[in-house]
Amino acid sequence: MSTDLNPTFSFESIRDEFPILKREVHAGIQLTYLDSAATSQKPIHVIEAMDHYYRNTNANIHRGVHALAEEATFSYEQAREKVAKFIGANKSKEVIFTRNTTESINLLAYTLGRSYLKQGDLIILTEMEHHSNLVPWQMLAHELNLRLEFIKVTDDGLLDLDSYDHLLKQNPKLVSFTQMSNVLGTINPAQEIIKKAKEYGAVTIVDGAQSVPHIPVNVRQLGADFVAFSAHKMLGPLGIGVLWGREELLEKLPPFLGGGDMIKKVYLRSFTSNDLPHKFEAGTPAIAEAIGFGAAIDYLSSIGMDRIAMHEQNLIKYAIDELQKIDGLHILGPDASLRGGVASFVLDGIHPHDVAQILDGDGIAVRAGHHCAMPLHDRYHIPASTRASFYLYNTINDIDVLVKSLKRVAKIFG
Amino acid sequence: MDDLYRDVIVEHYKNPGYKGILDPHDISFEDENPLCGDHLRIDLRVDENNKVKEAAFSGHGCAISQASADLLLESIIGKSIDEVKKYTKNDVLELLGIELGPVRLKCALLSLKILKAGVYGLGEASDDLVEEE
Repeated sequence: MSTDLNPTFSFESIRDEFPILKREVHAGIQLTYLDSAATSQKPIHVIEAMDHYYRNTNANIHRGVHALAEEATFSYEQAREKVAKFIGANKSKEVIFTRNTTESINLLAYTLGRSYLKQGDLIILTEMEHHSNLVPWQMLAHELNLRLEFIKVTDDGLLDLDSYDHLLKQNPKLVSFTQMSNVLGTINPAQEIIKKAKEYGAVTIVDGAQSVPHIPVNVRQLGADFVAFSAHKMLGPLGIGVLWGREELLEKLPPFLGGGDMIKKVYLRSFTSNDLPHKFEAGTPAIAEAIGFGAAIDYLSSIGMDRIAMHEQNLIKYAIDELQKIDGLHILGPDASLRGGVASFVLDGIHPHDVAQILDGDGIAVRAGHHCAMPLHDRYHIPASTRASFYLYNTINDIDVLVKSLKRVAKIFG
Repeated sequence: MDDLYRDVIVEHYKNPGYKGILDPHDISFEDENPLCGDHLRIDLRVDENNKVKEAAFSGHGCAISQASADLLLESIIGKSIDEVKKYTKNDVLELLGIELGPVRLKCALLSLKILKAGVYGLGEASDDLVEEE
């Protein structure tokens, strides 16, 4: 991690680099953005990198020999190298660009389903998965007659590792889980889960959509076979995500989408697949988005993921302390020390949509609903929750604004 | 923004007049808003002249969806089923007396959608039901 820091650096000062944070959302009311687990805001560096690409370099990649095509190809592949370095991958060809985490996991479900998984095989997931690490496996299980089992979640919002040990004895072929819950904020013991899965010879997939943007993640230390994440949750643009996989496993998988760029040779009745990573990148990719993503990674690296994680830890500690003081408010999930910057809660007798609507009146953006984790809400016997989530540009003041507004919610419904 | 939570809405949410289940009933329909998981069921009893005699809603949802259900049912008591079939989005918005963005509009119109699917005897509730008579 590059930590060549400006001595005057402060998280407060970087807010100036995010233009959207200056806007008013209602007349005279400034935005307080607490919805980064849904999507993060973008620093000017990312916006300018994409603007620069469209003004100066725009061309299709990998085929053209003209100057623009060469520059575009170079920038696109440079972004891949930045991603590889950021997550500690051995080689940049282990980094596949997809649309987002969801597409990365679907890619795996499709290709593992056509090569590795057979009728009756067991897949272990957890009860805290986002729908994107649940529905693709349900679809595949339906098609191939696979079994799905789930690591239980405790009342405190932690994975029940005893239930995992029990499931492992049934010899799973695949273990796929989130490293950080998008609802509970829980940071799961990923290394331990993966190590145990390996003892039983299972392939492991980590949904890193929430973890990679917020805590240091090194895929080699993690020991996983595959890790999926999205650019837009880590200061990058929408529409581009990553599947990282071990080279030897990616080599074994069949291709995913068919079309341009994923082939070496095409005949009327057959084709041969291209080398990694292009084998999994059919069609013209999101080139400007890859370049914007590269700029986002430069930005995160210049601050340092350790420092970002520590900042969010300070915010979540303060947030949980303050939220707990509100009458009738119940926070989902574990102690602040065991989670990232996510706090979901329910207020007695007040629907989360009403909470979110009143907070919006004070310029506060939070998320209300089931956050694409319906089974987890069923687990806690609630239809929905309100979620505040933090990132590097949030401050203690944002939490004070939130708490003040929540007290107003309680008053309206009191 | 707090206009959304006018006293009338909070009052109908906290103390609904038509919350419950009618058993037996002549018409009953239930559905949900998949966006937020709100679930609503509406039961009606009609008299010999095909007029709404009693109405009740049950389920869970936000203040907007619950208050609009309560106000809607209050307004159809004594009306004929043919009149109820003519209810549209504007009738509900008039009852609520607020302006809503596209997301909250779904909350406000869930009860109308369910009511109309029920009175038309449809198998499923479609969003078109709230637009047309």
